[in-house]
Amino acid sequence: MYVAVKGGEAAIRNAHRLLADRRRGDRMVPAISLEQIVGQLALAVDRVMTEGSLYDRELAALAIKQARGDMIEAIFLLRAYRTTLPRFGYSQPINTGGMLVERRVSATYKDLPGGQLLGPTFDYTHRLLDPSLATDDEPEAPESRPQEDETMLRVSEILAHEGLIEGDGAMPEDHEIGDITREPLEFPMERDTRLQALSRGDEGFLLALGYSTQRGYARNHPFAGEIRIGEVEIEIDVPELDFPVSLGRIRVTECQMVNQFKGSAKAPPQFTRGYGLVFGQSERKAMAMALCDRALRARELGEDIIAPAQDEEFVISHSDNVQATGFVEHLKLPHYVDFQAELDLVRRMRREFEKRQTGDDERKEAAE
Amino acid sequence: MTPRNHQTTERRREAMAILAAAPARDLMRLWEQSGLPDDAQLLRGPETGLVTLRGRMGGGGAPFNFGEATVTRATVKLPEGEVGHAYALGRDLEKVRVAAIIDALRQRAEHAELVEERILSPLRQALAEADTRKRAETAATKVDFFTLVRGED
Repeated sequence: MYVAVKGGEAAIRNAHRLLADRRRGDRMVPAISLEQIVGQLALAVDRVMTEGSLYDRELAALAIKQARGDMIEAIFLLRAYRTTLPRFGYSQPINTGGMLVERRVSATYKDLPGGQLLGPTFDYTHRLLDPSLATDDEPEAPESRPQEDETMLRVSEILAHEGLIEGDGAMPEDHEIGDITREPLEFPMERDTRLQALSRGDEGFLLALGYSTQRGYARNHPFAGEIRIGEVEIEIDVPELDFPVSLGRIRVTECQMVNQFKGSAKAPPQFTRGYGLVFGQSERKAMAMALCDRALRARELGEDIIAPAQDEEFVISHSDNVQATGFVEHLKLPHYVDFQAELDLVRRMRREFEKRQTGDDERKEAAE
Repeated sequence: MTPRNHQTTERRREAMAILAAAPARDLMRLWEQSGLPDDAQLLRGPETGLVTLRGRMGGGGAPFNFGEATVTRATVKLPEGEVGHAYALGRDLEKVRVAAIIDALRQRAEHAELVEERILSPLRQALAEADTRKRAETAATKVDFFTLVRGED
């Protein structure tokens, strides 16, 4: 027999109304606008776009507002929205070498062509809270220095000349590019599919795994060969036009991790590489992604798989925070019937346990 | 493709890139001031969808998908028959509809010059200025290394 228990409609309705009120906050204070979120909480917007896997600043800002600043909830909202749109196609691969660079640093070469451009970075700040931000004081306009438009070589291209570093990463000629939004995850994965999963993976999870490799769990001796942030043009081939159409530009962060490698049965000693590519200015995420990408290439490079960060199925299956939160958070939904069944079971086991104990005691007494 | 055709294609491609990159506000203001005819039939859209974005592993290696972006597209037809297309990142339907009309108008000799003069040229200039400003602001954060010499020799 199955008995459905209904109820809670009014409670749910009122809970959502209460949520809307609490989200609004003090009504004496002006409501925050999407433009303010896009402009002033820009890195939160970038994270939501990256892990929501959708580049649209206004929508990400809306999601952050709707989620009251709960990032994973916002990411969830954006992911859900994505599924409502038709797909027009795949872009041509972006050319990060042709980027309008806003920041570019290398920890491996001091004097690289184009130089070290710090851009709008938190690095070298003292991490002291700035009371002036609690007021309406306007900051100074940025300094500027005339600059020719020059293409900046990627560091990997510079190193490539010596032959001591592996190439950018190739796939077999006939390989069809994987797409985890179309095909369910399958293990073992190809590197392209893995990179897609890592790009949208949870920043905290990948950061912790990247950190674990630095602490010795699959140590891979990384250097930040290059980090660059800036705008790249997106182009797409469409049937109605005989040339690729530009859609405009998006901001991305790219991280080229360069890892010392002592060689294995499969590969000679050289520098190997990990790659990170994410939306917006998301440097920590790009670095974590690159560390994980490198660790997950263990099989390909003939390394022993001994640490969590090298375990592809473990890493990729648990890197998606929308899936993770769905499964963890579903625990709070009613499990009344499940629990009743478990309760009966535990009661019965307990009775049997106690009966055995009493039996044992009686036997012991009889023996004495 | 003949050289002449190639040049026409290249110009159209550049014009479409400018229209896609232009901020909606600027494009709409110039459009409204241009006095160009708004008379066009919508063949498709404007409609918003997704484009899956591709990168290359290591920057220049094998391609992979790394996310999606919202994209809006429109196709229009002028009463004279020219068909215009527009694509742009984002969800601004009106901007893309207008961009498609502009793409169609610039194919007609009597409008091409006006489109160039009143819309494309100012947009091109504004975009270039914005890039120059951004480059200059970034350049000011360039590290100028110097060496400290210590000791006698």
